[in-house]
Amino acid sequence: MEFGPYLFIASLEGAITAAVLALTAVGLSIVFGIMRVVNVAHGEFFMLGAVIAWWITSLVGGHPAYGFVAALIIAPILVGILAIVCDHLVLRRINYDPERTIVATIGLLYVIQQTTLMTFGPEARPVEAPFNKRIALPWFEHTEQGFALTWPWGLSTTTYKLAVIGAAVFILILLWVLMTRTKFGLIMRATQLDSEMAQAHGIPVNRVYAMVFGLGAGLAALGAVLIVPIQQAHYLMGGDPLLLSFIVVIIGGLGSVVGTIVAALFIGMSDGIISVFFSPTLAKIIATLAVAFVLVFRPQGLFGKPER
Amino acid sequence: MSTSLKSFLLHVFVLCLLAVLYFVVSEYHSGNLARILVMAVYAMGYNVLFGYTGLLSLGHALFFASGMYGLGLSIEHLGLSAAPALVVGFISAFIVAAVIGFLALRTSGVAFMIVTLMFAQAGYLTILLAGKYTRGDEGFVIQQGDRVIAGIDLSQADNRYFAALLLFGVCFLFIAWLVQTRFGKTLVAIRENPERARMLGYDIQRHKLLAVIISGTLAGAAGAAYALLFGYAGATFSTVQYSIYPLLWVLLGGAGTTIGPLIGTVFMTYLIDISSEYTSAYMLIAGLALILLTLFAPHGFAGLIRKKLFSWLP
Amino acid sequence: MATVTLLSAKGLSKNYAGLKAVSNVDFELPQGQVRALIGPNGAGKTTFVGMLSGRIESSEGSVVFDGRDITALPAHKRMAMGMAYTFQITSVFSNLSVHENVALAARRVINDGRAAVNECVARVLEKVNLTDRATQIAGDLSYGHQRLLEIGMGLAQSPRLFILDEPTQGLAESEIDDFIELIAELSQQTTILLIEHNMDVVMRTAHYITVLNFGEVLANGTPDDIRANEAVQAAYLGTK
Repeated sequence: MEFGPYLFIASLEGAITAAVLALTAVGLSIVFGIMRVVNVAHGEFFMLGAVIAWWITSLVGGHPAYGFVAALIIAPILVGILAIVCDHLVLRRINYDPERTIVATIGLLYVIQQTTLMTFGPEARPVEAPFNKRIALPWFEHTEQGFALTWPWGLSTTTYKLAVIGAAVFILILLWVLMTRTKFGLIMRATQLDSEMAQAHGIPVNRVYAMVFGLGAGLAALGAVLIVPIQQAHYLMGGDPLLLSFIVVIIGGLGSVVGTIVAALFIGMSDGIISVFFSPTLAKIIATLAVAFVLVFRPQGLFGKPER
Repeated sequence: MSTSLKSFLLHVFVLCLLAVLYFVVSEYHSGNLARILVMAVYAMGYNVLFGYTGLLSLGHALFFASGMYGLGLSIEHLGLSAAPALVVGFISAFIVAAVIGFLALRTSGVAFMIVTLMFAQAGYLTILLAGKYTRGDEGFVIQQGDRVIAGIDLSQADNRYFAALLLFGVCFLFIAWLVQTRFGKTLVAIRENPERARMLGYDIQRHKLLAVIISGTLAGAAGAAYALLFGYAGATFSTVQYSIYPLLWVLLGGAGTTIGPLIGTVFMTYLIDISSEYTSAYMLIAGLALILLTLFAPHGFAGLIRKKLFSWLP
Repeated sequence: MATVTLLSAKGLSKNYAGLKAVSNVDFELPQGQVRALIGPNGAGKTTFVGMLSGRIESSEGSVVFDGRDITALPAHKRMAMGMAYTFQITSVFSNLSVHENVALAARRVINDGRAAVNECVARVLEKVNLTDRATQIAGDLSYGHQRLLEIGMGLAQSPRLFILDEPTQGLAESEIDDFIELIAELSQQTTILLIEHNMDVVMRTAHYITVLNFGEVLANGTPDDIRANEAVQAAYLGTK
């Protein structure tokens, strides 16, 4: 394949990464933004989403779409409930103290991951996509007769991959509506601005925190359900999404949802492109160093405004 | 008896006990113990920063690995003998700690944790990327012939145990001394109330940087010793898990106590060892321990002892 | 007696997001004086003193201490030159013993060993009447005792300039009398800059008073001058 089509396919793969990453990272970002909690177990909620999706699809018979739709609804809810339980049993009891929360969520990370290993096992398990038609993609080529449409061999994608991008965009729009147009969104934003003031005005801050933590985890699980037909479910699959979400949230400016989405696009695309042309390891080194240096030299994120 | 005398006797007693243990316990346990002593040095290094200075790093595996690879690579590729390679290991950790400390200390709190985590992750990935020299995850073995210092073969069980004990003893006494000095007490002041310490005229940044350097160099010394005594260097030791371990050990044993890191390392290592006989999901224990400690015993074992029994415990 | 200027500020200003907390203050503090800084809430007293001590970076202007321009020096270096500072909201090492709190202050100044430090701590605790509480954890002390401990930590540094931000806030009447006595004694050895709300304390301790209002100097003068100053009365004392 020539360079042009190659770049095109890399960008398309990048767009899928970016779409799922945006969902996962927005989950991490609202948890941080509203609760000031850095949830290190976020990647495990992602992993659980994929594993539960595998479990549900293997239970539901018939056309793969039935199981998948069931998973799409049930997995995020189950994961969300689990997160609420974690909030209740652990985070609330340490008063969301920033440093102790990190230590505790590291503990949660291992507990969830290792429990999955004991029950689900160490194998990677596939989930069948609800639909998966291969579509060839056209490419413009400059020939002597002018521009012509060609169909290079290997330049193709699947309907499912395109649907993932569409679904992620749709969910993000729903989330935006939830945050800006509903009472719950208003309550969340009030809590974010000043939790003590919100408490004084009768907002049940603890319940809001629990809901937010559940919502954040649910978003990660949702991202995982979408990606699992492409990637397979595995008990260690939470590591990369955690790292990438961290990177995205920090570069986008901690707690800024719009910044997070922009950064998810940027990181997802560049990760896809650098991984295709160079080594995936190098892509990750660059990304982790970028995060470290952003925090050191520009703590408000690349897209955030300085505080004063 | 004065507090400092009691403290000195306690430390000497612990070292004597460890020396005697070698002759008492089975070969299996003394082998374990040698490993634990080296890891306890790692934990003690971590404790200087976390327990005494109040800075929570999530990237100490980078310093451990700097020592380990500083020694391992210079034996493997530069053909150095063990003694100078050990020095290279120490110096590598020292330099890496100084650079990372200088950068990461521009941040504080949660940002400091994340920055150290990211630098360590970048370090781990770099070791993988340089797989040609480091053999990545698989790692490489340091031959028995390269593990000799001054004619002493450190691959022999008894030599190995007492070499580990020597390193441990030196670090143990060093830290017991350090925390009694003006410098050590200033670190505690910074942990307790940085703004007040600053307005007493202490240069907080300089103290924190020195703490990172001491902490990182000790971690690196442990890494280099580990590679030398057990003859292996691998990328596993630079993963996040190996940054979490010292945190876990120190939390369990008691942060900000000289004896805590040893207690925590002994308990946790055995706990994980025993549970790994039954399940491959042994890190479950580590996870549960982290949560339970955070919830119910933030001061660890030694912290409890200090509170309930001996308030003089250093 | 020839007066030597210990501390002076020229055109000192602080802007917070366009808002002027302190603007263009000139200030001169002769050696050996007890100076009170008064003014209504929000007049910029703490900000101004923060810029003198280095806690707060100034937006404009310069500070000279002991003949040296210290505008660019960080707080800890200014302290090392002989300043001491007590916080408006009590700030001690609340998990450490009373003895260790003072020792931390003393250790920065005294280099010759543990005995000298202990001796200094004992002397200071005696002076602030905390000797019998030396082994207590600072956080367990009553509020009044914590304030005294903070003053003790200042004393242990044997400062040439001692800045106290509302030292009598929250003290009982009897404790205030002791405090006034302590200041009188201290003024023999050191220069004192005092932010104070309690006018009784100000009138009984200060040699000279600076009044700040809306971030600017409203008046300078002896206690009697200030008492007679109509602008001050209008802005602040008003109650008379």
